[in-house]
Amino acid sequence: MAEPWRTVGAERSRPWAGTDRRAGRRPASRWWIALLAVAVVVLLLGAGAESQRADFTRAFLPPSAHHPFGTDQAGRDLLARSLAGARVSLLVGLVAALVSSVVGVVVGSLAGSLASRAGGLVDGALMRLVDAVNALPHLVLGIVIVALLGPSLSSVVLSVALTHWTTTARLVRAELLALQGAGFVEAAVGAGAGRWWVLSRHLFAHVAGRVVLATVLMVPHAIMHESALSFLGLGLPDDQASLGTIIEQSRTAVLAGHWWPAVLPGLLLVLLSLVVFALAERLRPESRGRA
Amino acid sequence: MSIAARSRHVSAPLGRLVLGRLLLLPLLVAVVTLVMFALAQRTPFDPVLAALGERALTMDGPTLEAMRARVSEVGPVQQWAAWWGNALQGDLGVSSSQRLPVAAVIGQRLPWTLGLMSVALVLAVVGGIVLGGLAGTRPGSWADRLVGGGLLGVQSAPPFWLGLVAVWVFAVWLEWLPTGGATAPETDAVEAADVVRHAVLPVCVLALSQLPWFGLVVRDATRDALAGLPVRAAWARGIPTAPLLRQHAVRPALLPLVTVLGVRVPELITGAVLVETVFSWPGVASATVDSALRLDFPLLAALTVLTTVIVVLGNLAADVAYRVIDPRVGERDG
Repeated sequence: MAEPWRTVGAERSRPWAGTDRRAGRRPASRWWIALLAVAVVVLLLGAGAESQRADFTRAFLPPSAHHPFGTDQAGRDLLARSLAGARVSLLVGLVAALVSSVVGVVVGSLAGSLASRAGGLVDGALMRLVDAVNALPHLVLGIVIVALLGPSLSSVVLSVALTHWTTTARLVRAELLALQGAGFVEAAVGAGAGRWWVLSRHLFAHVAGRVVLATVLMVPHAIMHESALSFLGLGLPDDQASLGTIIEQSRTAVLAGHWWPAVLPGLLLVLLSLVVFALAERLRPESRGRA
Repeated sequence: MSIAARSRHVSAPLGRLVLGRLLLLPLLVAVVTLVMFALAQRTPFDPVLAALGERALTMDGPTLEAMRARVSEVGPVQQWAAWWGNALQGDLGVSSSQRLPVAAVIGQRLPWTLGLMSVALVLAVVGGIVLGGLAGTRPGSWADRLVGGGLLGVQSAPPFWLGLVAVWVFAVWLEWLPTGGATAPETDAVEAADVVRHAVLPVCVLALSQLPWFGLVVRDATRDALAGLPVRAAWARGIPTAPLLRQHAVRPALLPLVTVLGVRVPELITGAVLVETVFSWPGVASATVDSALRLDFPLLAALTVLTTVIVVLGNLAADVAYRVIDPRVGERDG
């Protein structure tokens, strides 16, 4: 089955494409990388204890020089709390993206390397599985998984990983199939290279770059998925507050006119995914053609 | 090619496509529910407590234990088969969180969700065509940068956050619109004007959250079409700019849009779940969250089946539309 949405996937995974294609340069990429570096340093150093320090006499202080993000209902500094939350979100996103990439690589290379064997039976079955998972609404599936397994870090990671591996699987399979007819592979086979040699030295090496890219691009998706689950009250427990949890806890505050506990951590979330997308764009090969 | 010839040309692979997907659908739904029942075997989900609801509070420990023992003898496959046996006869069970038959809950709530989703989708598509066309026909201009940057920003913003920001600005700060619900809390009556007032924010936020994909796809397709040979040839023939843009740039840009429409159905549902939760909209999407939080298994199972069916049919409709508009797609695979 052809995948007319391939082009769509390409578009979606390349949100920066076309911002300045005519000039042939990436938009202000150096600034993004600088921003990313700062963000990572801040997140890793991050205020740890500060994020938990409650002082009810200072509840709902608006943003000021002393508390740039203001304080929440328990008087905790929201900047420190948001940074701690961003660290949890980033961690969950990274782990979930890694797990889903591993699943995707395994399925994709199985399908790709067995495509010409046994009448393509294994390949066909695996690709139908990919179609089936893609046909499911991912958030609803995530809700079901987390509800039935109980909210915890591992069930959130699992729910993201189980719904997001298909892109990588498709990509790896397509690359393997395209490369099987490539000149250097035929040359290696002609020179007497064994199946495993070709697979490990040529095919996997060739696919690795794209897999890394797909994994990085998966991180913002995973962060979004995690924050959505957390926002619905199905995500991480309170002591591992992520950005989604912090925004969820701010819902009543918004109704009382305290805008900062919802708006500012959300801005940080937007910034976080923009930065990761920018990083992925740096990793992307120059060519517009894709697998 | 005449229309008749075109439809003949399309119909064979199209029929196979439709048939294949429709055959796949029951299989998919069966597997999804089976996985659900298998997952539900695991703690902390207690099927006995879930089935009894608050009646469990008045029962003594040994009775509950006996019931648990009886339930655990029945494996997930038997439970699953029993559920399907009842479901196929129209009995979806009783929702423990809503205290109503599941079918009644869905019947009450589905119109609210379909209304919200369809109006938002129309708004998002129209907005995407207008903004994407505007930006795509003027590549590199300030309008292009503004639209592109704005859409990318919105794309990176989670729908629930957009919803909260909208609540703060329009409901709390400006006090123009209600903060949530679908009708005024004082009355039970459903009045059209009141519902419209309540619907403005959820519909607009859902539309906004879907806008970037449509807008960006139209923008890039328009830009690509403009750079192509047909446009240059038409330009050389002296065709005026406005009809040229309409015929050669915006039209081909609508084709990928149809595909995105189908692919976006799961995302639309995701958006609806989040937006309904933010605005306490009485639809099926927020009921899904409620049922998950309260471990209302009968309702959760039925809603999962419903969303799966909607997504598969949505994808199928987009694929069919795509092949009817551009028969070349069918030639590649069939």
